Order: sequence, then structure tokens, then C-alpha cells
Amino acid sequence: MSKRFLAAALLLSASAVPALAAKTSLVVGMPIEPPGLDPTVAAPVAIREVTLANLYEGLVRIDRNGKVQPLLAKSWEISPDGLTYTFRLQEGVKFHDGTAFDSADVKFAFDRARDPKSTNAQKQIFAPIDSIETPDPKTVVIKLKETSGNFLTYLGWGDAVIVAPETAAGNAANPVGTGPFKFKSWTRGDRVELVRNTDYWQKDKVKLESVTFRFISDSQAQVAAVRAGDVDAFPNLAAPELFTEFQKDSRFKAVAGNTEGETVAGMNNAKKPFDDVRVRRALMHAIDRRALVEGAYSGFGTPIGSFFSPNHPAYVDTTGVMPYDPAKAKALLAEAGHGNGLSITIKTPQMAYASRSAELIAAMLAEVGVDLKIVPTEFPAKWIEEVFRNKDYDITIVSHTEPLDIDIFARDSYYFNYKNDRFKALIAEAARTTDEKARFAKYAEAQKILAEDVPALFLFQLPKLGVWNAKLRGLWENSPIPINDVTDVSWTE
Amino acid sequence: MLRLVISRLASLAVTLLFVSLAIFLILEVLPGDPAAIMLGTSAREDTLAALRQELGLDRPALVRYVDWIGGLLQGDLGTSITYKMPVSTLVAERMSVTLPLSFLAILISTALALPLGVAAAARRDGPVDRAVLIFSQMGVAVPNFWIGLLFILFFSTRLGWFPAGGFPGWDAGIGPALQALLLPALALALPQAAVLTRVTRSATLEVIGADFVRTARAKGVNRRATLRRHVVPNALIPVTTILGLQLSFFFGGAILVENVFNLPGLGRLAYQALNQRDLVVIKDVVLIFSGFVIVVNFLVDIGYTILDPRLRSRA
Repeated sequence: MSKRFLAAALLLSASAVPALAAKTSLVVGMPIEPPGLDPTVAAPVAIREVTLANLYEGLVRIDRNGKVQPLLAKSWEISPDGLTYTFRLQEGVKFHDGTAFDSADVKFAFDRARDPKSTNAQKQIFAPIDSIETPDPKTVVIKLKETSGNFLTYLGWGDAVIVAPETAAGNAANPVGTGPFKFKSWTRGDRVELVRNTDYWQKDKVKLESVTFRFISDSQAQVAAVRAGDVDAFPNLAAPELFTEFQKDSRFKAVAGNTEGETVAGMNNAKKPFDDVRVRRALMHAIDRRALVEGAYSGFGTPIGSFFSPNHPAYVDTTGVMPYDPAKAKALLAEAGHGNGLSITIKTPQMAYASRSAELIAAMLAEVGVDLKIVPTEFPAKWIEEVFRNKDYDITIVSHTEPLDIDIFARDSYYFNYKNDRFKALIAEAARTTDEKARFAKYAEAQKILAEDVPALFLFQLPKLGVWNAKLRGLWENSPIPINDVTDVSWTE
Repeated sequence: MLRLVISRLASLAVTLLFVSLAIFLILEVLPGDPAAIMLGTSAREDTLAALRQELGLDRPALVRYVDWIGGLLQGDLGTSITYKMPVSTLVAERMSVTLPLSFLAILISTALALPLGVAAAARRDGPVDRAVLIFSQMGVAVPNFWIGLLFILFFSTRLGWFPAGGFPGWDAGIGPALQALLLPALALALPQAAVLTRVTRSATLEVIGADFVRTARAKGVNRRATLRRHVVPNALIPVTTILGLQLSFFFGGAILVENVFNLPGLGRLAYQALNQRDLVVIKDVVLIFSGFVIVVNFLVDIGYTILDPRLRSRA
């Protein structure tokens, strides 16, 4: 197929097209098809990976390094008390249906998201908002009830993109945003096609004429599609053992980056024996994280000692707090009264990283006299019901892919059943702290508390294994948020 | 004949009603809340409640069942929870892949199996028979998705003759569409062809041993004509039964093959909908699958009476 295409392309270029013009179409492969194309009404990562920055834009954007940058807001001021945000909007911005973008759209989008009837998956972003005023079409003033240290970061998430009142209701099937690409078609089960937005307000930045997202769930089929040239880029390959082949092949660029996914074996902290910190620490000491990453993810993925992404500037390495030490694990178990062994179950989702990790953990725990029984649990449906909602489990294992989500250990009735008032107060303070340095210091302290208290077995950061044609430029190596921003992508030659 | 058709149609309708009830009840007890899946792990309780209300999941089960059946009777399959579009459109799109795929596979399978089976039986224990037995043994043993993977590795990745999966759509022209369907249809067809070859062979052998065949030969009809006029028509009856059963296999087998070849067919829709607990889509697709099997059985029943005049007179 690809050879024939190449031959046809060469023939064409000899006659009509200027010789060796750079390609302007891009086919991106993704493992999961998004259910709908509106990131403001549902949680799935795949929605953001197609739409964010490509179709929709927020007031700000998160760049490839995780930093907040201006987007639809060209600048902003924050009042000294941290409660009033004044955004100055870009001029000349139009939605894909031709209507102009102004402050009323911002107000509409945020009011819609925080409405009681809204199904926005991250309503806490908008919870601090007290009022939204639009003194003129190019200015938005947002007043907060309490300071929110991460407010600007959150506004770069898919849940906070700006949508228009005329089209918002239909966005799931027929998305209309202000982004560099317009929606063309969606062949359900197969592909979403986008074309260049010729009215884009920064149109000189965009090199591609068309972008196609193709959905390929089977990992063998993913690899075959990349090899055959049917797909130009697969930013997040599911099978690490197939990734290494690409590393040896000069036609492709194979990049192992980081995601925001902390892979943890969460424990039911309210249930015996996990209510005893000695047991939790013993289990952590029994796990050799390096060996786990080697076995479960072919050596890709950074070991973590707490619940924070190594991508984030506030990250501290806590893997040394509860290091691999089977002798200590046995001693702690004996001290807690489980010297004769312990029998527990782990509810394991079907994702390869989870089931492989569970098997390795079972082998490691067997070394210290703990019998770990693996119970396969379908994700997401059964897992959400049994583990997440009913908290009917001992241990489970899952990767938490949302950025900056350490606060889940501070939430009441989250599935870990973890209660630590000091930690909770610290997280609340960090959320209110607008001074970056002070906030990061609080996050560092919070990470250390978790590392010592071990409410979950902290295992490794899920890697982002990206593979793409070596002639492509501008794809992201890490994903600081779920996104496939192709604004800057281009072909060489 | 007409009375037979009418009575079979009535039992078909009753079966479908029971099937719909079974599907509904199974989905009721299946764990998994579509709203919780859509909204992820950060959603707040009030947000979940809002979505459940929007999706109509807060209504009593009986109301939802009656609504579903009432809609079906008016030709309304409902709206997909995840895709937010009419299920009828989704199903129609997917049918345009799965139906051609299945029919292509049936065509390949019968085109291979009937001649091979008859040829093998005609010269029992000859070289053709031996070869056919080996082929069919292998075909039965190897699962279709694995054949599919091998095909992709060889014909797509190595030789570049076929796309490695996906479907360009019928808009792209009949050539590229068929090109995308050929490998998956082959992968789907081969194991079934193996089974069908064996059935054809043994059915033919059985008829060859019958008294009337010996009589025909004794009366001077030559070997080839006996085979064509007397043996094959009689052997077709058990072959039709198996083919009828296989039709449902082709539909079901399509789920695996569609995944390997990344084809947007009905099977993948069912799989995806189950994962996302898109209850509206699952209900409809499972009912369509079941309805298909029931209708095929009905057609096979009618088919018998055409192939076998004895059944016609009895009815």
C-alpha cells in the first residue's frame, strides 16, 4: 500500500506538483476511540487527545513542558489578594462556524460548566468561581470565593475549553471550537478527520492541511499500521515489548517519555490488616520497583515513591523512603502479628500493565510470606462499581492519569479509605496558595507524608511510548496533560 | 407450505420477544454504571446524578423496557449513550462493513469447501483426499484471528499488498474497500471452510455408499453424472444445516477478526459498547445478532423444504 502510494506520489510530483514538496497530511493512531468529541461533558482521555488544542482552545494552554502559556487570553492580571483574575482576550478570533469569539463566550462556557445540570467531569475547577463579569467584549473578570493556586493550570485543561452558545449542545457529534483545525468527518469505529482552519487567528503557525486520528485497539494491529505506513505517528503505543523494535529502526523515531499516570496498588485503608501502617509499609518494602518496571513494562517507566509526577517541578524523589528490603518487610509483618503469613486479594483490571504488575507483585509478596490472590476485574465498568464506589476490595492496581491529582488522598470517601488530617489540611493549604514556591514546598511535604504512610503501594510512572515517522517534527515527547497537540507538527523535506 | 411459513414466523416473533427480555434482564444485573464510566474518577455525586437523569437511567426498569420495545416497534433504536447519535445510523454504518465481510467470507468458504469436499470423497484415500484432510485439519485447529495476524505480517507489513487494517469506507470506491475486506474475509473463511469441507466430504461419502447410487451406476449412468445428478443434491442437505449454523459463526467470528484488522464493523461496535456500558447500543446490537441467528434458522428450515421434496409434502 505505502509503496504503491509512494510510486503514485512520485509520478504526480513529476508532472504537476513541485518536486519534493513536504507532505501536509498527518495520520495519528490512538488505541481508544473517544466517546463523543466534547471534553466539557465527559471524562475520557481519548476525547482530549483528539480535540484539545486542535479543535478547541482554552483561555490558556499547557505547553509541552507543562507550563501555562497564553492562548485565547493574550494576557492576564491577578489581584494582590489572588481573588480577581482579569483576562485580556485575543482579537480577531473566530469559531469554526464563522461567529466571532468574545468575552460573552467565555462567560457562557464557564457558566455552562458550573451549572448544577452540567456533566463536566472536573467541576472542582470551577468551584472557586464566585462571579464572571464581561465589562467589554475583550475583557473577562473572574472573581473567586477563595484563592486557587492551580486555577490558571486548570483553565488549560480540556474541561475548560471555550465553546460557543450557538453550537455547544451539538459539540459531542459536531465539534465547533476556535482551534487550528476544523472538524470534517467521523467514521465511527475507525477515524476522525480534521482539516486546516483557514481563518485561524495564528494561521502562520500551522503547517498541516489535514489531520486524521485513527483508532486501533489491538497492539499488533497498531504496530502493523505504523510499519506499513498507514499511520504516521502513534503517540502512545500500548505494548512496550513491541516498542523496542522501533528503537532499532532508523525510519522511525521511538521516544519513551512520561505521562501523568502514577501506577499504584491502592489499599483499602479502612479494612484489616491495611489499617495498620506496619502492614502497609511491609508490603511496600517487599516490592522491588526496578524489577517490576523491567517485568511489567520492559524497563520503561520511572519508579515512584509517592503520588506525584516526575514531570512536575514540585516532584521530589521519595523512592528511598521505603526501599526494597524483604528482611525488613518480614520483621514488620511479624511485629504486626502476621508472622505466620497473610492472605489477601488484588482486584486487577485487564490492562496489560496492571495484570503483569499484579503477577510480579504476587511473586514478590510470596517471598515475605504474603499470599496474594489475583482477581481479574473488568475495567472500567466492574472496577468502578466494585472497587471505586463500593470499596469492596483489599488491594487493587490502576494508573491514575489525571495531572496534579495528589489531592485524591485528601478526598473523603475516595476508594483508598485513607484518612490523614494533617495531609488533608496541607493539600487544602497548597490549593489556596498562589505563591508558586510556597505551594511547591507544600506539595513536597505532602509527597513525603504519603511516602511514609503508604496508603497505596507506589510503583511507577506510566511511560508514554511514542513512535512516529523520522521525518515528522513537533510531536510531544511527554504528555503533561492528556493531549495530542499537532499545531506545530510538520514534515521535513 | 404457506401454513408452515406462517407458523414459523409466529414462533420467530415469540422467540424474539423472549430474547429481548433476557437481554434486558442480563444488562440490568450486569455491574457498571454508564454515567460513572463517562465521568471518570473525579466526578462529583451531583454531576453523576445529573448525567443519569439526562440519560434516563433514573427511571424504573419496567418503564425503560417498555420504552425500548415500544421504540423498536416504531423502528426507533434509541440514541447511543457514548456517541450521542441514533443507534440506527451507527448500526447501518457498521452493517456496511460486517455484512459484506460475512458474505464475502461465506462465498470464499463455500467456494472452497464444496468442490474440495466432493473431490475428496469422489476418490477416497486418493492424493486429493489426503491433501484435503490435512488442509481441513489445520484449518480447524488454527483460530481465525491468528490467521489474520499472520496475513497482516506477510501480505501487509512484508509485501505491502494490502492495508494493515482499517476500512477506507465505500465512498473510497469499491476497489479499495474490497481490498481492505479481502484479508479479513479470508481469515474468517478458512477455519469455517475447513469444517465445511469435512462435512461435505463425509456427507458425500455417505450418499455414495447408498443403494440408489449403486443402482444408478448399474443402470449405466457414468461416474461424473451420478455424482452431479444423484450424489451432490442429496449431500447438500446436511451441508445446508452446517452452513446455516456457520452463518451465525461468521457474524460472531467477525468480532475477533474485526478487532485484529481494525474494521469498524458491528462486532467491534458491540465490543466497544460493552466496554463503555453503552446499554442502549448493547441491547440493540445483541438483539440484532440474535434476530439474525433466528432468521437464519428460519430460512434454513424453509430451505430444507425446497431441497428435500419429502418435507414439503409432509408439511
